[in-house]
Amino acid sequence: MEAQIVYISLAAMFGIFMAWGIGANDVANAMATSVGSKALTIKQAILVAAVFEFLGAVLAGGEVTSTIRKGIVDAELLTGSPELMIYGMLAALLAAGTWLLVASRNGWPVSTTHSIVGAIVGFAAVGIGVDAVQWGQVGTIVMSWVVSPLTAGIIAFLIYMSVQRLILRQDDPLVKAKRYVPMYIFLASFTITLVTILKGLKHVGLTLSLVDSYMLATIIAVIISLFGSVIVRRITPDPKQDKKEHFHTVERVFAVLMVVTACGMAFAHGSNDVANAIGPLAAVVSIAKSGTIAAKSALPIWVLALGGGGIVIGLATYGRHVIATVGKKITQLTPSRGFAAELAAATTIVIASGTGMPVSTTHTLVGAVLGVGMARGIEAIDLRVVARIMVSWVITIPAGAFLSILFFFIFRAVLPLVGA
Amino acid sequence: MANMLAGIFGSSPVVPLEKHIGIAYDCAKQLRGFFAAVVKGDWDKASKARAEIETLEHKADDLKKKIRQQLPKSLFMPVPREDLLELLLVQDKIANRTKDVSGIVMGRKLQIPVEISDQFLEFVDRNIDAAKQARKSVRELNELFTAGFRGAEVELAESMIEKLDQIETDTDDLQAELRGSLFAIEKTIDPIDAVFMYRVIELTGEIADMAERVGRRLELLLSH
Repeated sequence: MEAQIVYISLAAMFGIFMAWGIGANDVANAMATSVGSKALTIKQAILVAAVFEFLGAVLAGGEVTSTIRKGIVDAELLTGSPELMIYGMLAALLAAGTWLLVASRNGWPVSTTHSIVGAIVGFAAVGIGVDAVQWGQVGTIVMSWVVSPLTAGIIAFLIYMSVQRLILRQDDPLVKAKRYVPMYIFLASFTITLVTILKGLKHVGLTLSLVDSYMLATIIAVIISLFGSVIVRRITPDPKQDKKEHFHTVERVFAVLMVVTACGMAFAHGSNDVANAIGPLAAVVSIAKSGTIAAKSALPIWVLALGGGGIVIGLATYGRHVIATVGKKITQLTPSRGFAAELAAATTIVIASGTGMPVSTTHTLVGAVLGVGMARGIEAIDLRVVARIMVSWVITIPAGAFLSILFFFIFRAVLPLVGA
Repeated sequence: MANMLAGIFGSSPVVPLEKHIGIAYDCAKQLRGFFAAVVKGDWDKASKARAEIETLEHKADDLKKKIRQQLPKSLFMPVPREDLLELLLVQDKIANRTKDVSGIVMGRKLQIPVEISDQFLEFVDRNIDAAKQARKSVRELNELFTAGFRGAEVELAESMIEKLDQIETDTDDLQAELRGSLFAIEKTIDPIDAVFMYRVIELTGEIADMAERVGRRLELLLSH
């Protein structure tokens, strides 16, 4: 009994620490786009992020959490010694959290997702045995790290091309913007709602038929886009500003759209990244409670809520400053460009969440921004930094793995003494 | 800490370029006050205007250097970096010519012959107009980038450049007339002054030439 409490509280502590880190650093990437383009103020961004990160974590975070929890390590091999899984997951959490702290202190671009996956693979392969890793699954995850930025890039490219064609290159961009922006709002809310309903609701105990799901998503998206079109219609041109900058009012129309995609982005981020913090926690909780490695045990909703809560706290304590700093640096992302990037990234990430793929939110968003750039939308992109980001995960995985192996051996030596 | 997302954005050259042409135009604009004072023989006022021209020319120069440093080779941009740097260079020459011409006049306390002074001031004005139109055209850059250099914005920019060309043609005509008038009276003024007067007319005319070249550079960007 004693030992279980120690394990669960340690895991909860590390999990919250990790979630805090995600909220403090990672969320900024999801939200800064909207702040940088002035579609949202910082306060609004924090509110949107808090609500939608939490919703995303609780409603749609289940699939990725279960991948992190039981998709990487082959639990079958550990039925005889479930405590090894506990030590390993604790080690992985602490390793990923430490590595993220070190990396962000030094300004290295690293991904939370890559750190935790590297850490879990590390302790399993070295601490338990090479066979303990489900290499097929790990291969799929690594593939998804290549596929997700690419997909987001292609989607963003197509969306921004359509925006240029339908609106920005027309003689009357404002009229066209008011006509088409509600449609983009529909598209954004439909995709995200649909994936959530299809993949998320069963974790909350709701199951709908496929037809019902499509119906519900359509209804919700229509309501949101009607609401959006009312707001869009109310926007009146500011002739003085428009003379200085022809797209001034047009961008204000896009800013409405960007509020929607910002919600989507926060939701997507919550749904995918919460797993990095609570996947290992969920594993520890289920083993400590049951004493066995039960592959089928359900994910307690309080664990998801804890992760969501941790993210919100990280956001409120530290993340707001990061959002402000990053927002100031990405002013090139005007609402018309930013929404294209956000919509593409959010869609890709939510789909990844639905299929249980732990992808890097930031890398996906970077891919989306590059997609807008490919459509000749962005004034200047620094390719050196893009290259640095690409190589960063090659370094992150071994680093996470190494730390995790270290902590694993420490825990294996020390923790049994505590429990005894 | 360094942020991945913020890092991938190179600093955009668009706003600085628009700012730079603004300074170059402000600099050229000072010639109006400068020559008005020169014609009146008010050298105090002329030297104040000349000081202002020098300050603005320095400012344009500093900004030019800053923009160059901000555009490393690793930048991925919708238009070639070289074209933007060329644009910057010709923009800067508007300010350079302004400084040169005011320098000659100030240094020699060159009197503009009364017979041609009105005509000369009109010529200066038209050159300043050209610089102003160049500024207006460059200020379309932001919109052009947003629209991806296609569609209605391109047509708008092209019409602005067309107008810029017309203004430049005007200055050419005025310059030819002015030369004629100067030729008619050149025997009556000091020969060295006459030589420098031709030089001043030529340099002033180059302001519109540079403005027109700004238009040519923009056109190159539009054709990408």
